[in-house]
Amino acid sequence: MQRQVLVAAGLLLAGLLLLFSIQGRAQGGQVSLLNVSYDPTRELYQDFNQAFAKYWKAKTGQTVTVEQSHGGSSKQARAVIDGLQADVVTLALAYDIDAISQNAGLLPADWQKRLPQNSTPYTSTIVFLVRKGNPRHIKDWDDLVKPGISVITPNPKTSGGARWNYLAAWAYAIKQPGGNDQKAQDFVKRLYKNVPVLDSGARGATTTFVQREIGDVLLAWENEAFLSIRELGPDKVEIVVPSQSILAEPPVSIVDKVVDKKGTRAVAQAYLEYLYSPEGQEIAARNYYRPRLESVTKKYAATFPQIKLVTVDEVFGGWQNAQKTHFADGGVFDQIYQPNQ
Amino acid sequence: MAFTFKKRSNLPGFGLALGFTVLYLSLIVLIPLAATFLKASSLSWGQFWHIAASPRAVASYRLTFGASLIGAVVNLVFGILVAWVLVRYTFPGKRIFDSLVDLPFALPTAVAGIALTTIYAPNGWLGRPLAAVGIKSAYTPLGVCIALTFIGLPFVVRSVQPVLEDMDKELEEAAASLGANRWQTFSRVVLPTIFPAALAGFAMAFARAIGEYGSVVFIAGNMPMKTEITPLLIITKLDQYDYAGATAIAVVMLVFSLVLLLPINLLQKWSSSREEKTTELIPDVIET
Repeated sequence: MQRQVLVAAGLLLAGLLLLFSIQGRAQGGQVSLLNVSYDPTRELYQDFNQAFAKYWKAKTGQTVTVEQSHGGSSKQARAVIDGLQADVVTLALAYDIDAISQNAGLLPADWQKRLPQNSTPYTSTIVFLVRKGNPRHIKDWDDLVKPGISVITPNPKTSGGARWNYLAAWAYAIKQPGGNDQKAQDFVKRLYKNVPVLDSGARGATTTFVQREIGDVLLAWENEAFLSIRELGPDKVEIVVPSQSILAEPPVSIVDKVVDKKGTRAVAQAYLEYLYSPEGQEIAARNYYRPRLESVTKKYAATFPQIKLVTVDEVFGGWQNAQKTHFADGGVFDQIYQPNQ
Repeated sequence: MAFTFKKRSNLPGFGLALGFTVLYLSLIVLIPLAATFLKASSLSWGQFWHIAASPRAVASYRLTFGASLIGAVVNLVFGILVAWVLVRYTFPGKRIFDSLVDLPFALPTAVAGIALTTIYAPNGWLGRPLAAVGIKSAYTPLGVCIALTFIGLPFVVRSVQPVLEDMDKELEEAAASLGANRWQTFSRVVLPTIFPAALAGFAMAFARAIGEYGSVVFIAGNMPMKTEITPLLIITKLDQYDYAGATAIAVVMLVFSLVLLLPINLLQKWSSSREEKTTELIPDVIET
């Protein structure tokens, strides 16, 4: 009996010591951040976190560890709304960060004005991934709606990337000579008639196309397409760049309520600003995100072909509008799948 | 009322045990369910009906409940067979087969989903020969049935197995010696004994399949109106921050499940009480 008491007391003491030592480290020049991001940024932030830790150590002497969380963009946003203590969010589209602002009030409504270029330090676009040699001769958006072509794209209601795909297709149709809403709607309807499987996320769609060998063409983030080629080898798939696409802007923001509570505002702010620095831009470019900085853009000009890019603001009047018209319940996307139409 | 309770029960600790049971069920089951209903009640009747009865939702109910039913029925038939083989015969590797049955319990459902999809996809081991004879399995309702059969397998086997083990072999031998043929032995002696247990297993497999998400989304293809299951529809709504809409559909599922499970449980009660009566008769017969 006495021995048990002794053991228990010993364990308690050990636990307390551990607790104090952790706290002591947190105060003594150690800080940790949680970056809640979406799926395809995994590799990007692994590189970036290391670089930032080095930079921050040199600047302030503080050791920073950045934890990452990845998942579908809107699932991640929901986790933050439900209480995941994210210092910064780096999501696939502005609408998801808007949702955090609207549903939980964790950051101000005008968050996107706080950092340069719509709070988007890097961009991407939507390209086509086709089988080696492009056996179906897919060159542009028009080829996707031809009968018999099988297109793989995830469900825009559950996947951020898929919304960019959808909007890119719409933007292409509406920018054609004589294009209007009706024609664009027809176009995307025909496009989705060619979709045999609607995965719930971008990575799932890539798996369907690459592993299951279903479909003739995958609509993908440019960075995901590059990653697929790097992983599979260029003898399996190749990228086709359409004549026009959409400027995909995955934005970043600090989560005000969380950083104020944890006292990490300064380092979180610096973390995001460092994304805009030459080194941050290099890392983004190396991970196949299009950089914003001119000097880095020039350096990587061979990687990123020139495409005519349109923005969501210009064609759809912002994400809130795009969401309401196209992806909300009963919106244009739902109408595509209405049975009697 | 409390008085009669006390009088009837000779076991100690009834009050404590009942109190704990109520608390436990409330915390684990009732409060979360009540929260679901509460959230859904933020909608007006018109809104609720509009969401719950939309063609897409109705198509998903049909698929979810239909495929779950098919999966459970398949498991009922083959689960009894598997349990029978595992109890009545000895063969090399029996232990391994026995533990294989539990695998669908232990495996994370997403892993099961990915594995099944890999095998049944048009370029997979089973998918290719099936496609060659014109049967599409993955990305069709058939794929949904396959996944739901897979995850429901252990229920019937595990509920029938102990009953079969308890059942004396002599009973079957007696039936045979009294002139029953094999089918009669099975249908009049064995089946009535295991029926309540099999039905319980069936109900569990069915209930489990209705709520299944992880394994199905990979193999279903998730096409609205065709291969979209109800749990996916709920997730889709949540992904659009439409909490009320998601709970509206969840409420429909809950009510449906209750309506379906209640008769199954009643049937099971009824058949097991009938079974008790018949087994009670047997000693009398032997004695006289």
